Amino acid sequence: MRRVRIGLGLASIFAASFAAAQSGDSSRHSGYQDMGPALQKMQDDDSANPGMLFVQAGEALWNQRTGAANKACADCHRAAAATMKGVAVRYPAIPPGTAKPVDLEGRINLCRTANQKAEPLAGESRELLALTAYLARQSRGLPIAPPDDPRLGPFREQGAELYKRRQGQLNLACATCHDANAGKKLAGVTIPQAHPDGYPVYRLEWQSLGSLKRRLRNCLVGIRAEAYAYDAPEYVLLELYLMDRAKGMKLEAPGVRP
Amino acid sequence: MRRVGLLVVVLALLAPAVRAQDELRSFMIVRDSIPESLTGTPGDATRGRAIVANRSVGLCLLCHSGPIPEERFQGNLAPSLAGAGARWSEGQLRLRIVDAARLNADTIMPPYYRLDHLHRVARLFSEKPILSAEQVEDVVAYLATLKE
Ligand code: HEC
Ligand code: HEC
Ligand code: HEC
Repeated sequence: MRRVRIGLGLASIFAASFAAAQSGDSSRHSGYQDMGPALQKMQDDDSANPGMLFVQAGEALWNQRTGAANKACADCHRAAAATMKGVAVRYPAIPPGTAKPVDLEGRINLCRTANQKAEPLAGESRELLALTAYLARQSRGLPIAPPDDPRLGPFREQGAELYKRRQGQLNLACATCHDANAGKKLAGVTIPQAHPDGYPVYRLEWQSLGSLKRRLRNCLVGIRAEAYAYDAPEYVLLELYLMDRAKGMKLEAPGVRP
Repeated sequence: MRRVGLLVVVLALLAPAVRAQDELRSFMIVRDSIPESLTGTPGDATRGRAIVANRSVGLCLLCHSGPIPEERFQGNLAPSLAGAGARWSEGQLRLRIVDAARLNADTIMPPYYRLDHLHRVARLFSEKPILSAEQVEDVVAYLATLKE
C-alpha cells in the first residue's frame, strides 16, 4: 500500500516541478509549492503523511517516564497542545543561563539530561525525531518567529556568512543554488528556496523522517564539501539564518519531500 | 617572536595548496584559451560524451542541457552545450573546463582541473581535480564535435 503511494508520488513530482519552473515564481515560497499535487496531498492528509507516525510515537514518548528522575515530559509540561504551542517556531534560541543557541533537538536533550536525568538521545534517532516532530506539530500553521534576542545577532550573521561562502570540490555556496538559481532545474530537480518550514520532513528518498541537519548534510555532500560533524555548531548557525530568512512563513512540519 | 609564529602559520596554510597544484600537469594560458593538449595527445570524443552524460563523473548535465537524449533529466542553470564546438575553439573549451573562473570570476561552473582556492573539500575528493587531464581532453574532444 505504502509502496504504491510512493510510486505515485514520484511519478508526479517531475510533472509538477516542471510546472513550477515554467511559472518562474521567484516570490518567497515553501518547498511545498515546488512539489506535485500528489505529494502536497500526502503532506496535507494526516492519514497519508508518514510523518504523522512519528508524531504519534512522539506523543507516547512525551507521556513516558524515564531516566533516574523517572519523570515524563508531561509530568512537568503537561499538555503539549497548550504548553508547546509556538515553541518550535522560535528555535534555535539561547536557553536561560547559557550563552549559546541550541536547536529544538538540543533543547529537548537539555531536558533529557537536566530534568529527566537520562542519556541524551542520539541525533537522527527515531526517538529524537519523534519528539521533535511532536513538538513541531504543536506549532503547525503558526508563523516562524525567531526570538527578539540581541545575543543571537552575531550567531545569525555567522550563519549568513556560511550560507554565502563557496565550498566543496564543486566550489558552490548555498546561495548559488538557493538564492541565485532557485526555481531552476538541477538535472531533474527544481531547486527549492531552502526554507526550513517543513522540518523534520518525511523524505521519500530517505524512506524516513529526517532533520534539517540531515538535509543540510545532503547538500554539503552534493557539492563534495566535508559535512560538518553531527554535533558541530555550524548547523545551528545555518538554521538561525534560515529561520530568520523564513520569518513569517507558516510552519508545516512534519512536511513531505521527494 | 610573534612574527615568526605568524610566518610559520602562513607557510603552513600555503603549503598544502601549493603542493596540490604542483600535482597537476603544467599548462599555458594564451589569452582566453589553453592551446595545447594537457596530455600532449588528443582526447577521445566517445569517452568524452560518456563523461559529460554521467551525473557523478562530468556532472555537466546537472547545470547544462545538451544533445544527449537518453539522459532525460538535464539542467537549465547554464546554456545548452549544443553548438559549443562551433562557438569555441578547442583551446577555448579547454580553458573553460580547466578553470572557468579565468573567463568569468563569478561563474558557478566548477573548476574541473584546479586545486587551489577551494574550501572544505570532502576528504574523499581532496587533493585531486574533478577530472583528470585525460578526462579533460576527452571532454574537449567531444565538445569540439558539437557543431550545431
Ligand atoms: C548545487 C545546488 C545546491 C547547493 C550548493 C545547496 N543546495 Fe540545498 N538543495 C538543493 C536541491 C536540488 C534541493 C532539493 C532536493 C530534492 O528535493 O531532492 C535542496 C534542498 C535544500 C533544503 C530543503 C528545502 C525544502 O523545502 O525541504 C534546504 C533547507 C537546503 N537545501 C539548504 C542548503 C544549504 C544551507 C546549503 C549550503 C550549505 C545548500 N542547501 C547547498 C541544491 C543545493
Ligand atoms: C523535571 C521537569 C521537566 C521535565 C521532566 C522536562 N522538562 Fe522541559 N523544561 C522544564 C523547565 C523547567 C523548562 C524551562 C526551563 C528553562 O527555560 O530553563 C523546560 C523547557 C523546555 C523546552 C523549551 C520551552 C521554551 O519555551 O523554549 C522544551 C522544548 C522542553 N522543555 C521539552 C521537554 C521535553 C521534550 C521533555 C521530555 C523529553 C521535557 N522537556 C522534560 C522542565 C522539564
Ligand atoms: C554548477 C553548474 C555547471 C556545471 C556542473 C557545469 N557548467 Fe558549464 N557553464 C555553467 C555556466 C553558468 C555557464 C555560463 C557561462 C558562465 O557563467 O561561466 C557555463 C558555460 C559553459 C560552456 C560555454 C557555453 C557556451 O557555449 O557559451 C561550456 C562549453 C561548458 N560550460 C561546458 C561544461 C562541461 C563540459 C561541463 C562538465 C564537464 C560543465 N560545463 C559543467 C555552469 C556549469
